[in-house]
Amino acid sequence: MLAVNPILPELLLAVGAMVLLMIGAFSRDGAYGLIRTLSLVLFGLAAFVLLAFVDSPADAFGGMFRVDAFAVFVKVLILVAAGFALMVADDYLAYRGLRRFEYPVLILLATVGMMLMVSAHTLLALYVGLELQSLALYVLAAFNRDRLRSSEAGLKYFVLGALASGMLLYGISLIYGFSGTLDFAILAERLKNPATVHPGLLTGLVFLFAGLVFKISAVPFHMWTPDVYEGAPTPVTALFAGAPKAAAMALILRVLMEAFPGMVEEWRQLVIIVAIATMAVGSFAALVQTNIKRLMAYSSIANMGFALAGVAAATPEGVRGVLIYMVIYVLMTVGSFALILAMRREDGWSEEIEDLAGLATTRPAMAAAMAIFMFSLAGIPLLAGFFAKLYVFLAVVHAGLVWLAVVGFIFSVVAAVYYLRIVKVMYLDPPKVEFSPIAGSGIPFVAGVTAALNSPLHLLFIWPLVLVAGIAANALF
Amino acid sequence: MIWTAFAFYVFAFFTVFAAVMVIFARNPVHSVLYLILAFFNAAALFLLAGAEFLALLLLIVYVGAVMVLFLFVVMMLDIDFVALREGFARYLPIGLIIGLLLIAELMVVATSASVLPGAPLDVALPFAKFIGMDNTQALGTVLYTDFVYPFQIAGLILLVAMIGAIVLTLRHRPDARRQKIGEQVRRDPARAVRLVHLAPGEGLGQTESD
Repeated sequence: MLAVNPILPELLLAVGAMVLLMIGAFSRDGAYGLIRTLSLVLFGLAAFVLLAFVDSPADAFGGMFRVDAFAVFVKVLILVAAGFALMVADDYLAYRGLRRFEYPVLILLATVGMMLMVSAHTLLALYVGLELQSLALYVLAAFNRDRLRSSEAGLKYFVLGALASGMLLYGISLIYGFSGTLDFAILAERLKNPATVHPGLLTGLVFLFAGLVFKISAVPFHMWTPDVYEGAPTPVTALFAGAPKAAAMALILRVLMEAFPGMVEEWRQLVIIVAIATMAVGSFAALVQTNIKRLMAYSSIANMGFALAGVAAATPEGVRGVLIYMVIYVLMTVGSFALILAMRREDGWSEEIEDLAGLATTRPAMAAAMAIFMFSLAGIPLLAGFFAKLYVFLAVVHAGLVWLAVVGFIFSVVAAVYYLRIVKVMYLDPPKVEFSPIAGSGIPFVAGVTAALNSPLHLLFIWPLVLVAGIAANALF
Repeated sequence: MIWTAFAFYVFAFFTVFAAVMVIFARNPVHSVLYLILAFFNAAALFLLAGAEFLALLLLIVYVGAVMVLFLFVVMMLDIDFVALREGFARYLPIGLIIGLLLIAELMVVATSASVLPGAPLDVALPFAKFIGMDNTQALGTVLYTDFVYPFQIAGLILLVAMIGAIVLTLRHRPDARRQKIGEQVRRDPARAVRLVHLAPGEGLGQTESD
């Protein structure tokens, strides 16, 4: 058995990314097509190695890196989300003249960072993983450097992200100063009795939490989200909305459940306040949006609020709910973005919601898939999104926070209004814009698969998912 | 012993003096030079404290690389520093408030004796292991063993930064004239030089050139 066995999939992706970088740098035309295909193969291979060869639970590097059922579950989700995001990019990159080999390579390296985040078992490993992921994403946001919006998105994301990293580091240094350790297990041991904990450590926890919720764009650290989602190239937005959110949410779960289990009462108030504010802003601000990318940004904010409600439960059932929520959220969001990438007219992409008018008559299949995603995001029964919210709110109720579940339910009704507005525009308004056909099979494939998994067909898969998520959640307790 | 104390006060005084002058110097180039002075004195303070590795790091990395870069940026960018200073009075109150808050926080940290029981004894790195080693050796001992994982990931982060810098700034310019050493070396003198007889009063006329 190798000493590096627990980190084998990440090693594979990192080395693979460097090899692909060399291939791209030394080939004359950049070989985007080849590198993109090989990157997808690497994603598949990493998932295979993770499931077949990695022994879990196991620790590596003196306890800095931990792989357990929870890590494996989230890593597979990250690999799928990142792979889907890479698949839907072809048509857009070709049209915009952005078929550069660095694109898949940066996604690969960002994925490595996300996987390291999920496995982080000390605050130091947490920070380096987070930074690797963030830096690659900053560059991707500004990837279309000749467009002002894209550069602005990259710069904004970078400056605010650096601020969040500063807060995170300040929090970590306070926690280290008052506890003398960076290791999650030792922290949990030392902080068993909240009465002996110095307020300075609590301050550190607040800063750490603030730095982490920036990454899932929870209120009050959500301001960057709409601008970055709108300004970044759409395939990059499709990536932003999926894998990094899952990774950051997993990181929050691991830090709170593994490092600070003794201080539940302290951090729970924080999580509840942030969750309610996030649900409220996400739901109400989305009502007035006309740009579909901004709408999806607020939608992802609101969804993170619902998932945070599950974190507040602080029970294995709550963690299970959050994991189920993240899986279904990723499927809904990546699918929606695949369809947004298909909204291309003669003269470029349309991002206005009203351009979807009459889609049901011009493109019935696309309209049907979009309707499935919107109903699912709204949490209508018979679609996957309903179960996502159900399991989270059930856990919240069982944890004795009935009022929080009620608040969440009210906000999900508000959020349903704007999802249903899109369906109304597609099915009841007369057609206005003709979309041109898109190249490549990536978008139809991703949209088809995710739509099928969100449609009532999901009833076949939801029970195994609940079972596996339950096993993964128990690994944290 | 008295000399150590004397050296400490000298270096400490110049550090603080240079730091104050960074803010109050009118000319931004002078500000950068004062910052370099501050770094030099801080390095000397590190030396006095027995942290020779940090002292050299500060000189090589900050003075040698970062500050020279700063100097280039300040000298090459045409920044209107008078305009930058305009908001000074307007932002002074909020700056003071934030400064006071930071000082208050530092007081809390500095005056709190109640660190978790047992915590100072075994911080992430127990110091007993390093007795009798110099700084460089001690850092090397842990950097490639206990901390090889974050060290390698930091390397990966730098790789991403490098790719990012190239992706965002590199432009291939087909019209740029570059040196082609191979072609230059292969060049045949017989083809490169041609002797032409010119009668007085006649120009060269139209000739081919390569």
